[in-house]
Amino acid sequence: MISMKILVCISHVPDTTSKINFTENNTKFDNNGVQFVINPYDEFALTRAMWFKEKQGATVTVINVGNASTEPTLRKALAIGADDAIRVNCEATDGFAVAKEIASVIKNGGYNLVLAGKESSDYNGAMVPGMVASLVDFSFINACIGLEIEGEKATASREIDGGKEVISTSLPLVIAGQKGLVEEKDLRIPNMRGIMMARQKPLNVVEPVNSENATAIASFEKLETKSSCKMIDASNVEELVHLLHTEAKVI
Amino acid sequence: MSVLVFAESSEGKFKKSAFEVTSYGKKVSELLGTNMVVLTINSNEPSLLHKYGAQKIITVTNSNLTVFNAKIVSNIIKQVAEKESATTIIVDSGANGLYVAPLIAVELKAGYASNVTALPSSTSPFIIKRKSFSSKAFANCEISTDVKVVSLAKNSFGVFENEVVGSVEEFSATIVESGITSVSIEQTKGKVTIADADIVVSGGRGLKSGENWGMIEELASVLGAATACSKPVSDLGWRPHSEHVGQTGKPVASNLYIAIGISGAIQHLAGVNSSKVKVVINTDPEAPFFKAADYGIVGDAFEVVPKLIEKLKEFKSNNA
Repeated sequence: MISMKILVCISHVPDTTSKINFTENNTKFDNNGVQFVINPYDEFALTRAMWFKEKQGATVTVINVGNASTEPTLRKALAIGADDAIRVNCEATDGFAVAKEIASVIKNGGYNLVLAGKESSDYNGAMVPGMVASLVDFSFINACIGLEIEGEKATASREIDGGKEVISTSLPLVIAGQKGLVEEKDLRIPNMRGIMMARQKPLNVVEPVNSENATAIASFEKLETKSSCKMIDASNVEELVHLLHTEAKVI
Repeated sequence: MSVLVFAESSEGKFKKSAFEVTSYGKKVSELLGTNMVVLTINSNEPSLLHKYGAQKIITVTNSNLTVFNAKIVSNIIKQVAEKESATTIIVDSGANGLYVAPLIAVELKAGYASNVTALPSSTSPFIIKRKSFSSKAFANCEISTDVKVVSLAKNSFGVFENEVVGSVEEFSATIVESGITSVSIEQTKGKVTIADADIVVSGGRGLKSGENWGMIEELASVLGAATACSKPVSDLGWRPHSEHVGQTGKPVASNLYIAIGISGAIQHLAGVNSSKVKVVINTDPEAPFFKAADYGIVGDAFEVVPKLIEKLKEFKSNNA
């Protein structure tokens, strides 16, 4: 029986409750006072990987493309139960370049199942998993909400507009996951034993293959602040209907 | 060079987003001083796209493509892009658009910007605005490769009629081996989905119990709206997970979003703030959602919503 060698892609992102501000003339994210966490979408992928490790004997490596500041996030993934970690030592500024770095690690490492979140909650590029799959010529399922593996055979479901599709495919495979891949209540958090063990686990730093960027961020913009909310008296509901029709023109 | 738009259809009928990406592609082609080519697969009536500015329509008809397959479609888009010397490829941001776009980018060695919300602010360098930080900010993204792939965020541009005379050309595409088989598709029929809805009516914990959803459903039915809910409501099992909207749920980009008994946590707002007009009904005048809303009513949902349903019914019958 073929053994599952899993690579889980981990993005290092601001906590979802963070205030979003920019510096240097709106060209850089202001990480002052911001706490960084494992990308929420990646948590579903990591937890599913742990399940394959415990139930089906898979090995699990986690990877991040980033500078040394992302290492606490990789340690957290090790504390949750990954066997080892890889950090590709370069600033991640473009999804295509990140995908090329990960593809190179996959080719060298012989992984046959790559699990990632469908997007990161910061840049929301929603491109790395699909690009990785295409670069290494693995099958690819986007927005995956269920995955079972039996030998080389995989059954996955993906979210489609207004429903879901069940797909049959085989390893090697790249999955871009989200809630449903595991339930939110089943997400793993590190316990004390895991945290202690994580300190001893290998975190290998590899040098980048230096892929050229295909995109760059010229600047950021914050959302325009709303002109103030028009309050309508609860006893005057017809006024709301009137405004939605004549002013907002949405009904 | 040309602009290539992929206008998606389902069971032969164009999705609403097909008209939006075509309208958008037309404008992009004008900005770039080039022509637009629109690709459709298994559409019953490709010529409908002439109405939205599509002069040249290329259609692929193949019984093996009745179910969407991202690998096969990305390869067909590549074949057409090469034939038409397309340098800008535009898809929608539906489940299939987001699935296929990164694959096209690799096939064409192209930089890719997802969830784009506006026309390019500059064509040289090519800079385009897209959502980031889970809709809490925008990034102006420069794509520096020769070929560019863009997915347009739903409802961010609009549909514009611009009738042109043109041609529909059949293209015989090569179908690659995909390694993926569709086993089954479950799709709610006859009910407006959150992704497609112009209006979304959403309920929160303020409704106190799943049994109180009757009035939410009635309000939605009067408006032809989809129903949605906040995260706590789906966590409590009052409503199915598929209705959960917000940062970790489904994004909403409707014309009108009505939030009832939802206080407006930052994660909820992030998921819904792409909606154009937001109405908030909440008992708590300090609910943070009022700061993000266009219209607000401070009041008890159990009194306000039935009145709203009654007034909307009157309005609908007067304006029928």
